Amino acid sequence: MDGSLIGSPVRRKEDQRFLTGRGNYTDDINRPGQAYAYIIRSPHGHAKIKKIDASAAAKTKGVIAVFTGDDMKVGSLPCGWQVKSTDGSPMKEPPHPPIAQGKVRHVGDQVCVVIAETYAIARDAAEKVKIDYQPLPAVVDMRRALESKSLVHDDVPKNLCYDWTIGDAKAVNDAFAKAHKVAKIELINNRLIANAMEPRAAIGDYDRSNGDYTLYTTSQNPHVIRLLMGAFVLQIPESKLRVVAPDVGGGFGSKIYHYAEEAIVTWAAGKLARPVKWTAERSESFMSDAHGRDHITHAKVAMDKDGRFLALMVDTMANMGAYLSTFAPCIPTYLHGTLLAGNYATPAIYTNVKAVFTNTVPVDAYRGAGRPECTYLLERLVDVAAREMKLDRAEIRRRNFIHADDFPYQTPVALKYDSGDYHTLMDKAIRLSGWDDFEKRRAEAKKRGKLRGIGISTYIEACGIAPSAVVGSLGARAGLYECANVRVHPTGSVTVFTGTHSHGQGHETTFAQLVAERLGLTVEQVDVVHGDTAKIPFGMGTYGSRSLAVGGVAIAKALDKIIAKGKKIAAHLLEASESDIEFRNGAFTVAGTDKKKMLGEVSLAAYVPHNYPIDKLEPGLEETAFFDPLNFSYPAGCHVCEVEIDPDTGVTKIVNFTAVDDFGRVLNPMIVDGQVHGGIAQGIGQALLETCVYDDNGQLVTGSLMDYCMPRADDLPSFKTGTHNVPARDNPLGVKGCGEVGAIGSPPAVIGAVIDALSPLGVTHMEMPATPLRVWQAINGTKHRKAAE
Amino acid sequence: MASVTITVNGQKRTADVEPRTLLVQLLRENHGLTGTHVGCDTSQCGACVIHVNGKSVKACTMLAVQADGASVTTIEGLADGATLHPMQEAFRDNHGLQCGFCTPGMVMSAVDLVQHNADPSEQEIRDWLEGNICRCTGYHNIVKSVKAGAAAMRKTKTKKK
Amino acid sequence: MYSFDYARAKNAKDAAKLLAKKEAKVVAGGMTLLPTMKQRLAKPSLLVDLAASKDLKGIKKAAKALTIGAMTTHAEVAHSSVVKGACAALAALAEGIGDPQVRNRGTIGGSIANNDPAADYPAACLALGATIVTTQRKIPADKFFKGMFETALKRNELVTAIQFPMAEKAAYIKFPNPASRYAIVGVFVAKFKDEVRVAVTGAGPGVFRVPAWEEALAKKWSADAIAAGAVKAADMNSDIHATAEYRAHLCAVMAKRAVAAAK
Repeated sequence: MDGSLIGSPVRRKEDQRFLTGRGNYTDDINRPGQAYAYIIRSPHGHAKIKKIDASAAAKTKGVIAVFTGDDMKVGSLPCGWQVKSTDGSPMKEPPHPPIAQGKVRHVGDQVCVVIAETYAIARDAAEKVKIDYQPLPAVVDMRRALESKSLVHDDVPKNLCYDWTIGDAKAVNDAFAKAHKVAKIELINNRLIANAMEPRAAIGDYDRSNGDYTLYTTSQNPHVIRLLMGAFVLQIPESKLRVVAPDVGGGFGSKIYHYAEEAIVTWAAGKLARPVKWTAERSESFMSDAHGRDHITHAKVAMDKDGRFLALMVDTMANMGAYLSTFAPCIPTYLHGTLLAGNYATPAIYTNVKAVFTNTVPVDAYRGAGRPECTYLLERLVDVAAREMKLDRAEIRRRNFIHADDFPYQTPVALKYDSGDYHTLMDKAIRLSGWDDFEKRRAEAKKRGKLRGIGISTYIEACGIAPSAVVGSLGARAGLYECANVRVHPTGSVTVFTGTHSHGQGHETTFAQLVAERLGLTVEQVDVVHGDTAKIPFGMGTYGSRSLAVGGVAIAKALDKIIAKGKKIAAHLLEASESDIEFRNGAFTVAGTDKKKMLGEVSLAAYVPHNYPIDKLEPGLEETAFFDPLNFSYPAGCHVCEVEIDPDTGVTKIVNFTAVDDFGRVLNPMIVDGQVHGGIAQGIGQALLETCVYDDNGQLVTGSLMDYCMPRADDLPSFKTGTHNVPARDNPLGVKGCGEVGAIGSPPAVIGAVIDALSPLGVTHMEMPATPLRVWQAINGTKHRKAAE
Repeated sequence: MASVTITVNGQKRTADVEPRTLLVQLLRENHGLTGTHVGCDTSQCGACVIHVNGKSVKACTMLAVQADGASVTTIEGLADGATLHPMQEAFRDNHGLQCGFCTPGMVMSAVDLVQHNADPSEQEIRDWLEGNICRCTGYHNIVKSVKAGAAAMRKTKTKKK
Repeated sequence: MYSFDYARAKNAKDAAKLLAKKEAKVVAGGMTLLPTMKQRLAKPSLLVDLAASKDLKGIKKAAKALTIGAMTTHAEVAHSSVVKGACAALAALAEGIGDPQVRNRGTIGGSIANNDPAADYPAACLALGATIVTTQRKIPADKFFKGMFETALKRNELVTAIQFPMAEKAAYIKFPNPASRYAIVGVFVAKFKDEVRVAVTGAGPGVFRVPAWEEALAKKWSADAIAAGAVKAADMNSDIHATAEYRAHLCAVMAKRAVAAAK
């Protein structure tokens, strides 16, 4: 299939509208007769709602309705994945009402909705709603939550959602018993806020003529929202509920989940028989979008005398927040625990994960989802191991990598890697980054009074979570296939309907390349449609770097069907045997002759079937395919980061960043490179800048961009990127995911570099983010210590 | 209510608004110019950057009434008919956008930079973009785009002379 | 935002008259006031817009002082060749405030009248020994700034201009908050013929001078003269971005760098 379009940096089709201000985001949509919702949110981390008096607000001119939890008694916001504890018991799954019922469990919890003719009126009137709270002690710190008398949910003892394990404990213990050396680490994976630039928004619409509901929403997966909200929360059948996710301004995971506001506006639109719009203010996003990460981990690795890993043991506490968000339970388990082999041939692995409820915003997937947490702990631990063994950090990795000729490789924690070449990836990154002559640069920096350090990390990722039967047996309550419909129009142009959703990934271009290449068309002749349940047969959406690896294959399968049917039609038109028809560059030819029919002629015949094998074939040229993968795809890579620290202020500047990745077959290298850049920036953000802070009362300290530090242009360097692509064996297109790798591979490389820079001062540990304050404290702490010695 | 008249993208338009209406609301809600976005409520993100009397400002931190009588250019007014502005073209050529949400503000800010500094260095571009946050691109391709856009704008200027 | 009335003042006098209304507030550039109002933390009944008051604009240099009208934007100060010639440190300070869009709207008068404890201009005013000219009187900077968000201004008194005496050497160096980019610590040093003045912003509840450093620098104009410990951690702000100890430390580092950079 490799022709001119595949692997070509085709300029994006979607850019024209985005660059001219003609994008169509949810908040750009206004429905006739639309009312506006303002949501009153809990100012407390944990409190009983004693009384709500909304009478004054309801009487305000322009106010249409005020709804509380007593008014909106609907189903609970569902959780899409059930994890079982080691003892076989199902996780604790407390209800999550769209509007709080009697108790609020985090700052930002929905308490009351004011709907008015304008947003300003709704907001003004909201101040007249009197809510009498009885504050309760907040549970914030996970470690204390497990012993706290205060319970986030009265029927969840110890605030423990589940206690899960995977791996062979005995084999691991035996290996530790005979280890030459053991390296240990304790670390925190800091809580993050996705902060897609477009705040969430939702418009509920109700058609009185037929009882149909429409929800316009900022979602990465409109069909999933239709299923969850329709079936579980509002009991609206799919046939009466349309969900539209138009242009969406970034997601990074935070727009996967079914949120209360979607249910509230849809439900209210039905109640009031008019459209209801809600748009988050950024400060609302901070307290209502699902957060990410937030793990506390202890890990240790046993080694033989050559530094080869014998066994790995990991204990993790994962914060769930106040309620279970849609996919929260599977993040620290099946997207984290099962990844713990990393790039290494460690023969025995055992891990335990305790998921804990706290009075904080629910935590769910954020770019990488489980895999960054896993990579971070592994790579930090490997650095510690290198120090213990007095080995170069690259060398200890080299000794432990799975070899390129050992694929497919079965890890001890369920996954089976299909392909990879970790040695070459690292060698290439080492060359590109100048790893070997780093000491010269360190010495030069020292002359300028700067502490220079270098860090390295390697990672594997599991993308395109699958197959459905396997994830189902592990607790997933949905399938993880993808659907595509390819419609060849009578005159030969093509529309592709995909169940994936693009919110920055460039599907309209990449998928058009895939289809144009296969059908011998130009990219302009192919239109890609996504984000509307009324148009697309079905879909699971976009997350976990699955769109091309799963959705792209579904398109390819639909194309196979199109071509197969086209061959039948062409055989009839060319009066040849079907088996003699070949399809190439848009033409159906009779093998060995110059007899041919172009795709356009075949499609015209299919829709104007005057000369057509109507006895054997239906008219029309449109095919739908579902694809359920046999395996994940496993991109891998090596990131090298170089920093300079100003010892007087603690400021860390990234002076070089190199990423070499394996994405399998690449369709559009320009788009892939862009995905890598964005991921790295988020990883650097986690490592140096970003963290979500709650105080002991459950107040969100980093509740706006004034305190939550988003990476800006002057915080980052330009990146050096490279690839060593090994086609995926288990993926029909040979592709691997690329959307999350930057955020997965970069944090340990950055922190490794910071620690390396500070190592001459005796610093061996640093938590994320390595803010100027923290770095200064580390430098200063050591200074004090050294002086005391 | 107050009557606000602005010349937006070359057209004179009047609307009656409450004094508390932000300029960005006037543009989006009264004039249907939804290309200017709102990404935050603390004047940090820059998704709403437009030009008022030729200078880049944040339309979320200016009242509509403050703009009465002003000349306003939004992202919708940047292209010359079907021909993209060189900065828009440079963003497309260099993959300087992904989800597109920060893009209008980013482009408007970049055009203002080049008005001041015809040939900005990478560092000058990064410093100038302090008030524009992008969550998708890691800025790498935005910086490339602005550099290319500036070069293209210099060329157009020479041609016109 | 709460609802309010709006009026454009024709000039400073007109503005002062309009301000007589109860709960009236002036808006200069609005870079702090409007975000505050959006968060519903301010509830003015009337907003008096100074943008049309031409008498409040402009930059003038006389023999002994540089006068900047209250409504002069940060961008205008930053790009003014007059300011650059008279006090390059002041132009550089203006160029470092907020981002380009904030600099295009925000004004010097608005900044000092608001007296945000993390704002940059108060440090310049205090270190340069500026005189704040109002609709009613002239106030020396030393008496103008009164701690967090407080100034000597009376209810319907407006800043009309700021007069900066000419220093021999001056510089401002700040350590920005990584998230908001406001000053965590900003130090302005100014060397005059007969004295040295050092003002610190961001670090404490309001802008303040550091007499110990002023004396030391007057004796010996060198970064080495800045002794740690003159600024006490006990007097510093503390938050998630910077502890009091760190701020106190940064004051000395920024002061040294300012002295080294002073031109």
